[in-house]
Amino acid sequence: MTTTAEQLSTTTLLRFATAGSVDDGKSTLVGRLLHDSKSVLTDQLEAVELASLNRGQQAPDLALLTDGLRAEREQGITIDVAYRYFATARRRFILADTPGHVQYTRNMVTGASTAELAVVLVDARNGVVEQTRRHAAVAALLRVPHVVLAVNKMDLVAYAEPVFAAIAEEFTAYAASLGVPEITAIPISALAGDNVVEPSAHMDWYGGPTVLEHLETVPVSHDLTACHARFPVQYVIRPQSAEHPDYRGYAGQIAAGVFRVGEAVSVLPSGRTTTITGIDALGESVDIAWAPQSVTLRLADDIDISRGDLIAPADDAPAVTRDVEATVCHVADEPLSVGQRVLLKHTTRTVKAIVKDIPSRLTLDDLSQHPAPGRLVANDIGRVVVRTAEPLALDAYEDSRRTGSFLLIDPADGTTLSAGMAGAAFAAVAEAVTAADDDAWDF
Amino acid sequence: MSAVTTTVPEGTAHPYALSHLDSLESEAVHILREVAGEFERPVILFSGGKDSIVMLHLALKAFAPAPVPFSLLHVDTGHNFPEVLEYRDRTVKKHGLRLHVASVQEYIDAGKLRERPDGTRNPLQTVPLTEAIQHHRFDAVFGGGRRDEEKARAKERVFSLRDEFSQWDPRRQRPELWQLYNGRHAPGEHVRVFPISNWTELDVWQYIEREGIELPEIYFAHEREVFNRNGMWLTAGHWGGPKEHEAVETRLVRYRTVGDMSCTGAVDSDATTLDSVITEIAASRLTERGATRADDKMSEAAMEDRKREGYF
Repeated sequence: MTTTAEQLSTTTLLRFATAGSVDDGKSTLVGRLLHDSKSVLTDQLEAVELASLNRGQQAPDLALLTDGLRAEREQGITIDVAYRYFATARRRFILADTPGHVQYTRNMVTGASTAELAVVLVDARNGVVEQTRRHAAVAALLRVPHVVLAVNKMDLVAYAEPVFAAIAEEFTAYAASLGVPEITAIPISALAGDNVVEPSAHMDWYGGPTVLEHLETVPVSHDLTACHARFPVQYVIRPQSAEHPDYRGYAGQIAAGVFRVGEAVSVLPSGRTTTITGIDALGESVDIAWAPQSVTLRLADDIDISRGDLIAPADDAPAVTRDVEATVCHVADEPLSVGQRVLLKHTTRTVKAIVKDIPSRLTLDDLSQHPAPGRLVANDIGRVVVRTAEPLALDAYEDSRRTGSFLLIDPADGTTLSAGMAGAAFAAVAEAVTAADDDAWDF
Repeated sequence: MSAVTTTVPEGTAHPYALSHLDSLESEAVHILREVAGEFERPVILFSGGKDSIVMLHLALKAFAPAPVPFSLLHVDTGHNFPEVLEYRDRTVKKHGLRLHVASVQEYIDAGKLRERPDGTRNPLQTVPLTEAIQHHRFDAVFGGGRRDEEKARAKERVFSLRDEFSQWDPRRQRPELWQLYNGRHAPGEHVRVFPISNWTELDVWQYIEREGIELPEIYFAHEREVFNRNGMWLTAGHWGGPKEHEAVETRLVRYRTVGDMSCTGAVDSDATTLDSVITEIAASRLTERGATRADDKMSEAAMEDRKREGYF
């Protein structure tokens, strides 16, 4: 059994999100992944069987496995993103299970923000519909590295290859045009179990992986040497004890890239430079550390550094700005308006800010931009221009999901208003706002 | 992020790959440090159970070589396992920590709480807990809760805002985006923080083994005087068990969770080492709560209802 313990401790972790509208079988797919990977335990299944029986249902309703709240069970709907856990011998999974009903955009944005892969479900009978394009657009917007198109209900189209091929081709062309870097299309029947965990006996024309096989083998490591190294300072560790009278370490989680002892670094926003003299990786002294490790950096010079500062290589530091251009998804019920005073939380820094402009609102259905909406309401995606009270070392979201993302927060009650992605681009779609509008921005 | 995906095959030693335990550890440390950086008076809820022990271990690593910048709070039901209390006090002393105790027994003695007819004291913890939070003006309270434990917990955020009555409103949760945790709260409100939200029971055990963390002995198989109530093996003791018709027997058992003696059941087991415990958990067809917690079986929404009132 030592082999198993060893196997288990060397597995990697994949975070992924599912997206699908109400009737395309997302619950069934999630249920089958959990059930067929033997992640549903006897007492959970018994509880579901009992609850189903109490409701007068003949068969156990697997949706009760995932609908955790009283209101969800009473209304038979999923209110909010839930996180589920399952494992195979090869990998551990954290699934952000995002509900497909009317509040789709903010829920999918929430789920996709931490996901390395998104599964977009399509009903084979309906093909690519408006909702599918919306899911693809959100995955592209959030820069989810891998997208799986699961063409579901293949059993209802006689497992016909041309049906699958047409949908896969249409979706792939659309998603690629949005800048989704990798798309894998898989024909499945979640209900019958085709190509979810077990290969289908009905589709010998399909030679690719099952959904689970793909989840197990998709690469999660990124070539971090190619990323700009970024280290937001979270907390300054100064024991001032007899044992460590002079220890001063800057604690944080490496947001991107690699840091090495001996490297020259800049501290932003001040711009001072120094050298890394030591890296403590949770108790162990190391020469090199990389994202997303939580470490403590020690520096050669005793310069003024505090929470909210950003450490980056001296020759590869981001520009510092007080004018933030971004795409935001508005997640609060209260609207976001031009002129509104907000707080902006970026990495470990929270600053005062004002919404200077909302140049456009995006229609996800056709990706058209509607100019000057004046405000954004719940689930809207739009372009904003924000002026901050203090300078920020901000990357473009397309370069770094971690140092290019931010929250807008209501200073009055702390509500999270919007999820922001810095930079000029929306996925791969060219900026629709014209240069003339730029001139009109009042900085 | 866009153009940097590599195609490293699974299983090869990618120089920058992190194991799942390293990923979870790094995430939990990040959460602990965020709270240290943003809150005035955080506290770690410490029961002497494995989840809070792992959480404390993570805090010790997160701030080393400086001491943990949080105090501990234990809600003592009065029916705790003696081995666990001994472990608690020894741990507090070893790391030079400050421990606050909220005592259910004191509330009962003062007439502020009434013993329940079924004898369980778990639901009685909520009032001493929330009053201790208000009394000490704690603004962030760390819990060892994991989303895999229970379906209501699967819905809870890492940062969970509680109102001035410590209540949880699942419909008014803040969306949690990227690793940007929003801990803003009004005076009187506080935030419950769950650094090991994304861990499973197996992850916790594997981490305990990897880090060589000491646990209270009741987690390992030992001979114990128990009796059967509603299909669970409860420890005989001064808390009020067994009743006349319940026969005490000596069995080889261990605990999967640590809680109030009146509602925490033991499981038959001969696992005396971490290795054998991990083997047992990996093969088990029962969740830890399903196997050993009576209070969660009270109703379909038992956990959600208690959480709404202020329980963890």
